[in-house]
Amino acid sequence: MSSLVVESPGLLTTVQDLGRVGFGPLGVSPSGAADPVALRLGNLLVGNEPGAAALEMTLVGGSFVFPEGAVIALTGADFGAAMNSQAVEMWTPHAVLPGTKLTLGPTRDFARCYLTIAGGIHVTPFLGSASTHLLSGLGGFDGRALRKGDVLRLGAPERKISKRRISQVALHSLKPRKVLRVTEGPQSEQFSTEAKQSFFHTTFQVSEESDRLGLRLEGAALTINKGGEMITEGVPLGAIQVTPSGQPIVLFVEQQTTGGYPKIANVIGVDLHRLGQLRPRVEIRFERASLAVARSLWIEQERLLNSSEHLFA
Amino acid sequence: MRFCAASDQAMLVYLGEEIGLPVHERVLKLLRLFQKEPPKWLRNLQPAYNSLMVTFDPCRVDHAEVELTLRKLEERAKALRPQKNRIVEIPVCYGGEFGPDLDDVAKAHGLKPSEVIQLHASYTYHAYFLGFAPGFTYLGDLLEEIATPRLETPRKKVPAGSVGIAGRQTAVYPFATPGGWRLIGRTPLAMFRSDRKRMELVSIGDQVRFRPIPREEFQELESA
Repeated sequence: MSSLVVESPGLLTTVQDLGRVGFGPLGVSPSGAADPVALRLGNLLVGNEPGAAALEMTLVGGSFVFPEGAVIALTGADFGAAMNSQAVEMWTPHAVLPGTKLTLGPTRDFARCYLTIAGGIHVTPFLGSASTHLLSGLGGFDGRALRKGDVLRLGAPERKISKRRISQVALHSLKPRKVLRVTEGPQSEQFSTEAKQSFFHTTFQVSEESDRLGLRLEGAALTINKGGEMITEGVPLGAIQVTPSGQPIVLFVEQQTTGGYPKIANVIGVDLHRLGQLRPRVEIRFERASLAVARSLWIEQERLLNSSEHLFA
Repeated sequence: MRFCAASDQAMLVYLGEEIGLPVHERVLKLLRLFQKEPPKWLRNLQPAYNSLMVTFDPCRVDHAEVELTLRKLEERAKALRPQKNRIVEIPVCYGGEFGPDLDDVAKAHGLKPSEVIQLHASYTYHAYFLGFAPGFTYLGDLLEEIATPRLETPRKKVPAGSVGIAGRQTAVYPFATPGGWRLIGRTPLAMFRSDRKRMELVSIGDQVRFRPIPREEFQELESA
């Protein structure tokens, strides 16, 4: 069986797929790739099912050796990948000769880069998914981020891979954004008019303390009206909850499944993968969207992601 | 019944506006019926005290359709018989390094630490739901005599198995995670294990009792 050897892991590299959905009653959040669109596209490029397990790298990539060779693709953020001192083009598959080392460095643009490999990465699934849930140490490779010397098993490639690339048109319509669209949160009426004004008309900075559990935002404090006590309830991915100090936190893939802080808004489906590409200190803004618009954007995006005619150049 | 869009892909349904067993019974029944007959569009269910969050596939349905389904299911759920509750006993070694906040909780209520332990262990709790982290079960309702607010500043790391209280709730931390609940003891039992059939020690709707144990028994159970 083929393998991948971790020579250096990078800042935070984990095994991820599209997550385990449907285990809310156990208190288990889906986890999965922070940018599931990049993961899906990478898998399609190497002939895998869209949800095959791959490596998610954060801000700084690692270096990896393929003793038996492989076919790989890199998607998401540009971490300046190179093989045999040659730059590795993104968004297209590459054949890697046995013993070759792939080296990645610090990001040149966004937060997360995905390394997909024909045949996928094999780990013991937890609740049907290979994705790592760091907080509980479950899933993925030993429930943790990769370390130097780890050896990961690779699956057998599923089909012959053709040399093709993701089209500019598709990349354009899926590209990261700093203006995130949101629908109203279940407790938005608990916020003062000023708080809503600040929320929609000022910028917020993504805090250094952000991670896969949540993105903490710095900016105007959003005051909650008195009597804003609420009963703990289920919280969706992308919920923007506000702590008593007025700080907004966007709940992310490894999120807590329930929460007791009021939620002012919720990031819409098509912008969730874009959350995964926000770097610390980046300035973002929020824009209102209706449920109907959010839904039609989602349907349109799913149509694109399922259409090889439009995806590939 | 009150409906609220939680996101463009999730609907919250509130079956009452307060915390209590009658409302929670309705949440449980609706949850069970959903789990028995999951529609094709269903992605996830998140029960809580008085609400159920339903996540759906927007390519198949919209909020209006989800609401309609929920209304029909709730009509039928009413007729379900309440399920028989399991009783789960959790051994706890209270105080000392395992319960660093026990003395503060006692002081806050003018009680002796032993009285806090006695009150905490004298009650049979209802498991309202699992949330926060895998296997973290919200148990209620903690007796008013020992109800204590969360810490002002949460701890960066709470050891796995820690028993905490927050307001009128109590729970066991299944994993070493950050946390703001007041810690009064620790259990040697694993609250969540991916290698056993029922991964979670306590399921939604269970009855839970805490049994005070001495340090020696903690160590025995821990190594068992």
